[in-house]
Amino acid sequence: MKKLILAVIWVFCGGIIFAQESHDTKKDTTKLDEITLVGRRKLSNYRQEKTLASIDDYLEKSNKITMIKRGNYAWEPAMNNMNSERLNVTIDGMQIFGACTDKMDPITSYVDVSNLRKVSIGSGQSGSENGHTIGGGIDLQLTNSKFHQSGLKTSVDLGYETNGNYKTGGLDLEYSGNKFYLHADGIYRKSDNYDAGKNQEVLYSQFQKYNMSLQTGYKLTDHHTLEAAVIYDKATDVGYPALTMDVSLAEALITSVTHKYVNDSTFIQSLESKLYFNTITHVMDDSKRPDVPIRMDMPGWSDTYGFYSKASMTIDKHALEVNLNGFYNRSLAEMTMYPNDPNQAAMFMYTWPDIRTLYSGIYAKDTYAFNDQTSLSTALRIGFHQNEIAKETGLESLQIFYPEIGATNNRVLSSFTTNYQFKKEHYDVSFGAGYGERAPSVSEGYGFFLFNSFDNYDYIGNPTLKNEKAIEANFKANYHENNFHLGFETSYFHIMDYIIGNIDENLSAMTIGADGVKVYSALSNAKIFNAYLNSSYKFSDSFSINGTVGYNYGSASNGENLPLIKPFSYLAEVNYSTAKFNAALQLEGNANQSRYSNFYGEDETAAYGILNVNFGNEFKLNTNKVILKYGIENILDVNYSTYADWNNIPRQGRNLYVNMSYIIY
Amino acid sequence: MKLKYIIPILFIALFTMSCSTDDDSDIILNEVEGLKKIQDLTNTTHTVELYNSSGKFETGYNAITIRIKDNASNNYIENASLSWMPVMQMPSMKHSSPKSEITKSLGKKTLFEGFIIYQMANLDGSGWSLKVDYTINGTSYTANADIKVMQAEYQNVASFMGTDEVRYVVAMMAPNNPKIGINKLKVGLFKMESMMAFPVVEDYKMTLDPRMPGMGNHGSPNNTDLIYNGADKTYEGNLSLTMTGYWVLNLKLLNASGEALKGESVTEEHPKSSLYLELEF
Repeated sequence: MKKLILAVIWVFCGGIIFAQESHDTKKDTTKLDEITLVGRRKLSNYRQEKTLASIDDYLEKSNKITMIKRGNYAWEPAMNNMNSERLNVTIDGMQIFGACTDKMDPITSYVDVSNLRKVSIGSGQSGSENGHTIGGGIDLQLTNSKFHQSGLKTSVDLGYETNGNYKTGGLDLEYSGNKFYLHADGIYRKSDNYDAGKNQEVLYSQFQKYNMSLQTGYKLTDHHTLEAAVIYDKATDVGYPALTMDVSLAEALITSVTHKYVNDSTFIQSLESKLYFNTITHVMDDSKRPDVPIRMDMPGWSDTYGFYSKASMTIDKHALEVNLNGFYNRSLAEMTMYPNDPNQAAMFMYTWPDIRTLYSGIYAKDTYAFNDQTSLSTALRIGFHQNEIAKETGLESLQIFYPEIGATNNRVLSSFTTNYQFKKEHYDVSFGAGYGERAPSVSEGYGFFLFNSFDNYDYIGNPTLKNEKAIEANFKANYHENNFHLGFETSYFHIMDYIIGNIDENLSAMTIGADGVKVYSALSNAKIFNAYLNSSYKFSDSFSINGTVGYNYGSASNGENLPLIKPFSYLAEVNYSTAKFNAALQLEGNANQSRYSNFYGEDETAAYGILNVNFGNEFKLNTNKVILKYGIENILDVNYSTYADWNNIPRQGRNLYVNMSYIIY
Repeated sequence: MKLKYIIPILFIALFTMSCSTDDDSDIILNEVEGLKKIQDLTNTTHTVELYNSSGKFETGYNAITIRIKDNASNNYIENASLSWMPVMQMPSMKHSSPKSEITKSLGKKTLFEGFIIYQMANLDGSGWSLKVDYTINGTSYTANADIKVMQAEYQNVASFMGTDEVRYVVAMMAPNNPKIGINKLKVGLFKMESMMAFPVVEDYKMTLDPRMPGMGNHGSPNNTDLIYNGADKTYEGNLSLTMTGYWVLNLKLLNASGEALKGESVTEEHPKSSLYLELEF
């Protein structure tokens, strides 16, 4: 910890001193597109179908992301058919780790749209700016500093959805002055059980949560800004119909202090340094379930301390970015089971035996613009990663399986990616290749009898796992001609030492009713491939159609299909939009999941298609603005579930919704 | 040398010397520190004091520390040879129990130690008596009294008839404080040769299958069979406990030629061996 703090101080001081030296190089004015990003979704701009949609809803609209659902709340994002362990999800560059051993609290569940400015998504190694990843990176970016003297702006948001009697209320206050800004918001969401198609109630799908955030900044001088952010998020009474347990509390406190330096005339044009801390408490319980084989409590905690310092500079035709970051995480989870025989003592174990993770690494990216049309970018990340089992009991319990292991395990992780982009008037093309490594997650390395209801096995972590490594290649091409657009993108991942659970016949399951025990181990390799084709045509300024089809493939070296691979998917949309009104009709669906993975606990999911319609109006009330969004989801009330629905829980049936935003200037 | 240096030195010398004389007698008195007295067995010349960590006898393995006080001088005897005989008086007969020899405690002047395994108890703790025979400087003495042995909360001892028509006693001797992880399990195995003689059985084997009946009767991995350790005269193996709570240690006793004498493998239909020990932590 001391070393970490010293490193931070060094970076702060060094960076600031360095930044003061002005550099006399001719600045290049070529503007480079963010080619590493597959998508940047601007949030809260009132252009979405629902202004009050959750982060999960927003993410689901992105081409590359699908959400794995265990209920109606806290969906787990998956990108390139890879989920939590293989992704690097950060909040404004801050590392934050869920405290649930069963992945019931993805990071995306601890922030709300009202906190965020945009979500930056990098596929594969292009998402490695903030940490090591295989599948990609998702960075949920907080509100930017804004010193534009716009004074006070207030907005009130109200939403209601018929399915699940889902109510949302939000209040947003923004003050922006010359030297000071403040952004405060609060949002409350509450939903009862939702109904799947044909009025079939999905029990234990309720949730309730509120989120508050305060973000503020002070301009010290023209070049220096100091910012602070606090987010508090608390969800209670969250049901998980796909699981055997619910959540009585999921609470996060996310804090950060940031120093920003911006100067166009110095060598370092911007330097941003952040110190952060976040803490998560997650309590699983089954007290609402009438019929369980055994009562249990499963609380978990995750605390993370960290920093990053990132600088950007331009030398001739090179745009350089450097990011030095580090974090220290403590993950602890325990399980207490209460035997039905009251004379027997409660049973207790550590499911995450107080695992400390220390990481520090450096990322550098260079983008070289050959000319206005052609550019080449190269990025590199190298880091040191250490895991330590802090609890003696934890070490001893894992030594049951691995007598030889010690308390600490050190790794060096590296990542490399390069991308070549070529742009012409009517088309653009980009090629990319990359190599990346990741350390096993806490569950994969150190989990102790974690029950997975997906395949009905108990899982044991494996501290001796090697780094998982991936070689990837991607290709993207777009063609535009008048009002017609055609796009194609594809990526291929060859993953070595692919971490997945493997049945150990010698072990007996702890969880009542489980089929056995799986130990995390590595397959020699796995292959994941995806391809998307999209096109759109504009009939007029206000009337357009667009469509996307996607294909995904995943197989493992043992000849089995990988689980949770998206089947053939399609989306078609007809859009009408003017300045004050918009409407869209959407058809969305998947083909039959023929390549399901029976071996890894999947069953075949049938094809489905649903129809949605949405409308938006914008009008003025005196000097204030009102934005109204309304629509019907799943118009035909289809009862369906997708490949990404845990244990095939059915999705929402017909849902009528209204969102209203009232903005007071 | 000035007086102000001499005086403190003198004081220090005085205190340390006076302290050290106190300490000598304290060491003798404090040799039982941390132990609780179970009972005194008194005769006209001596008081035989019995200690263990809990201050009471319970069924199963009891590690016992003994000290003999000379009633006349109030001094504790340093050299003596001791033997003992626990006896259970039943309505129609009486019998003894497995026990160790009594030896001098290592590094102690006045303490002796050994163990007794009480294989049964009456509800009120009555029925057992303990006779200690000891010899000091060639003279033999005896102390004898009724003792109270309570039923332990968990089955840590089992007395049974093997398929070879021999009565055996199996008792858990360690772990004292079980932990989550791999524990060293020590079990004593004795044969009832006669009502009064329970010698150690050597070179048999016990298979071990710990289970949690409170949670679907799940087991734990990487346990090892209990193998005879000639130095300790006990059976030892690895007992892995994956969580705290109530565990049933299912055993199967095999003789030197591998024939099962007692106990069965645990299956769905047969959740518990007829030979088992229990523990909870």
